[in-house]
Amino acid sequence: MTAMITVKDVSKAFGGVIANNKISLEVPEGRVTGLIGPNGSGKTTLFNSIVGYHPIDEGSIKFEGVEISDFRVPKIARLGLLRTFQQTRIYSKMNCVNNMLISVNHRSERFVDLFRDYPSELTDKAEQLLDFVGLYSKRKLISGDLSFGQQKLLEFAMALMNEPRMLLLDEPTAGINPTLINGLIDRLRRAATEMGVTLFVIEHNMPVIMNLADNIYCLANGRLLAHGTPEKIQNDERVINAYLGGHYLVEEED
Amino acid sequence: MTFNWRQLALYGIIAAAGIAAPFVFPAYTLQITVMWVMILFAVTWDILGGQMGYNSLGNIFFFGVGMYTSAIVQIGLVYDVAKYASPVGGIKAVFTQEQYFTGLVLGFIAAALVCVMFSVILAYIVFGLRGPYFAIGTLGVTLSAGELTGAWEYVGGGGGIPMPVFPGEPDDRSLLFYFLGFGLAVITFLFVKWMFSGRFGLAANAIRDDEEKAEGMGIRTMRVKTTGFAVAAFFLGMSGALFGNMIGFVEPLEVAFPTVTFGIFMVIMCLLGGKGTLWGPVLGATLFHAFKEVTWTYMLGWQWVMLGSLIIILVVFFQQGLVGWMQEKWPEMFGIEIDEGTVAVALAGPEIDEGPRRGGAVQ
Amino acid sequence: MMDNLSLLVQAPVLNIQLLLDGLFIGAIFALAAYGLALVWGVMNVKNLAQGDFVIMGGYIAWFLSTWGIHPILGLPLAIVIMFGFGWVVYITIISRVIGKDLFTSLLATFGLALVIAQLLNLAFGPEVQAAESGFEINSFFDGMVTVANIKFISLILAGLLASMVITFMKFSRMGQAIRATAQDPRAAKVMGIDTERIYAFTFALNAAICGAAGALISMIWVIQPFFGIAHSIRSFVIVTAAGLGNLPGVIMAGLGLGVAEIYAGFVFGAELQQFTVVGLLVAILVWRQIQQRRHRQAVQ
Repeated sequence: MTAMITVKDVSKAFGGVIANNKISLEVPEGRVTGLIGPNGSGKTTLFNSIVGYHPIDEGSIKFEGVEISDFRVPKIARLGLLRTFQQTRIYSKMNCVNNMLISVNHRSERFVDLFRDYPSELTDKAEQLLDFVGLYSKRKLISGDLSFGQQKLLEFAMALMNEPRMLLLDEPTAGINPTLINGLIDRLRRAATEMGVTLFVIEHNMPVIMNLADNIYCLANGRLLAHGTPEKIQNDERVINAYLGGHYLVEEED
Repeated sequence: MTFNWRQLALYGIIAAAGIAAPFVFPAYTLQITVMWVMILFAVTWDILGGQMGYNSLGNIFFFGVGMYTSAIVQIGLVYDVAKYASPVGGIKAVFTQEQYFTGLVLGFIAAALVCVMFSVILAYIVFGLRGPYFAIGTLGVTLSAGELTGAWEYVGGGGGIPMPVFPGEPDDRSLLFYFLGFGLAVITFLFVKWMFSGRFGLAANAIRDDEEKAEGMGIRTMRVKTTGFAVAAFFLGMSGALFGNMIGFVEPLEVAFPTVTFGIFMVIMCLLGGKGTLWGPVLGATLFHAFKEVTWTYMLGWQWVMLGSLIIILVVFFQQGLVGWMQEKWPEMFGIEIDEGTVAVALAGPEIDEGPRRGGAVQ
Repeated sequence: MMDNLSLLVQAPVLNIQLLLDGLFIGAIFALAAYGLALVWGVMNVKNLAQGDFVIMGGYIAWFLSTWGIHPILGLPLAIVIMFGFGWVVYITIISRVIGKDLFTSLLATFGLALVIAQLLNLAFGPEVQAAESGFEINSFFDGMVTVANIKFISLILAGLLASMVITFMKFSRMGQAIRATAQDPRAAKVMGIDTERIYAFTFALNAAICGAAGALISMIWVIQPFFGIAHSIRSFVIVTAAGLGNLPGVIMAGLGLGVAEIYAGFVFGAELQQFTVVGLLVAILVWRQIQQRRHRQAVQ
């Protein structure tokens, strides 16, 4: 199993706070990998480091064998590594279809392409993906007018439109009505299996991530605490204690 | 780019009115020419400010650079610029028809090209700034340009430099500059309209809506920004060349780089008409110019107070501008869809999603 | 220009003159910049009318001096009047642009700057003015260096005022409330702080600081209705160079700017002195961008 992302001894501090402390992990290709940990354990910081949002203090980050730790965000994105945000970010003054169209990947875009129209196949693809996430009927609405949950779905669809090799998802189910989470998990899984997108997912919702992920890394206090399959992580004492002690029982997902 | 009958009719009316104007109102030819230049100002400002979210207070920089470039070319082809500009040993300069018109054409071309060149260089200086820093930075660049040019003896320093005299009748002169201005404004508008109908438009809007997101999705933001800047510079440069010739005298602070006047007018016109819309800047420019021409002379020193107050009122109460306001009132006219009201079917899956239903709670 | 430069080398005493002049004026720049930083830090409003507040304060002091009130006595009056003015401006204009995007507040304050400059012009005319303080002029080094006593007094007053404001911000209840609101307005509201009053007070305080700075400027330099924008840019340059919340930095940058301007005026001549302020603005913004690049960020 080839590793899509190899993080080696990455550290990042903000002033006096050490957010990531010599973290090493690997995200294998074609699977769904989870990243969990209590609040403040450094998960989003790690994501930010990987996508180039800020420079790291030390360590190495490789994407498909290429060292990306000093690349800038757009360059990393054009390599096929995208992320979604905790506070969902979309282009709020454009309608959904346009949000999708502009999300097409720009890897091989030449200067003259800027002045051409989008071919109709792209519009078809955009509408198909909108349909995939259940937003087809909203496709002509201004995206800023959608509800929070719908915007999250749009952001996800936009990421898929880009045909990334890998997608970092920051709490994809946060703020979604619990009755609708199943639909989302299903779509995430299909993205991984049918569309060949490797997923690396931060989650706080334990049933979701245990259900979805093939293997999980757990962070605590900026360090890597444990990793393994969902069953192994669920029963790992250190992980249980990290979530502020107590007996966190993972409900069986039905 | 698709046309429909309504649009074609609109363009036809404007074209006809534009062509007829100097013959129907010969006394106002100069004012209407300036109006076309103002429209050009507004349309080019909107590329950056309205569509891309980069509010520039320094677009007038290209106006001035274009003006001086064409002055140097037009004069320099025939005479020594420094001697010509010098207030003391000044040459009594006469330009033949051939010299004049060759100079004019070359001057325009040079103005456009030099401005594009500057815009690419400047892009690296100003596009790392966001929001208010960008505004103040561009303001600083323009103010600097005005001051530096004022100290540049080659082009007459603070005293300025007279432009070549038109070899012909004053009426012909007015007509020439009128149609140059009209033509330039029309070409600018059509080009910008075309540019924003394709990918560029979406890319620019994405940068406006969330630049970090755009970068995170791999959009080549610097390329988009620089292109927009260069297009604006191209047309602004030529408008500067036109204006310098029309006024007949080029001076750094009042004529070429009027930062606090025309530089700010650009912003007000777009705010008034509606930022980020196609016709907003045009409407705003026309109304602003008309209002200004009519009321200015009656204000007796209070003009600027009125202007400043207008800025405040617009910015505080009427941010969306006229076209923006119309878009809110009658969205269908602009092709904007509003949610009629649907039940939460989004996540249940495509088989249940039947499309919008009337009634019910809006999400 | 080269002659002027060589003059500096040949007569080193000249440097002292320039340096002193620069420091005296720079101290006032720093004072005005501190006010800008205050408003910027607390309300995230970038006040382009800052310089016009300064000039307005200057005109108050000057106008009172034409009635026989000594400008040093005019200083507290300028402070009080400007405080009230700032409060009114906040309630009518600023309060409505606080929540909106940053360009809005910039444009609104720009419009305000235009209005103030024009009103001053209409009221007092476009001539350059200065307030007579009637103090002696001392000379040192065989008359090569002259320093008007008023400049020393201005420096002391500037320092005094700055210390008063800083002490106020640190130790008074209002000062603490302001700092709390600056850090987290929502939390402050929840704790019962009336954030609207805090903002109004902060803005008014800034106006008062500008008023004081203006009064000092009218005494040791000159005022003119359209000089406002230059002062606004100066404050902006200082705050950008020093960074928000960096008080020693503001002082250093202010003094530095004053010295730079005086030197530039001497070396490059009057024509280019105007250019110094805006040139430094562009330079500082370029420098900040280069700094931010290392953090992979843009200047925002």
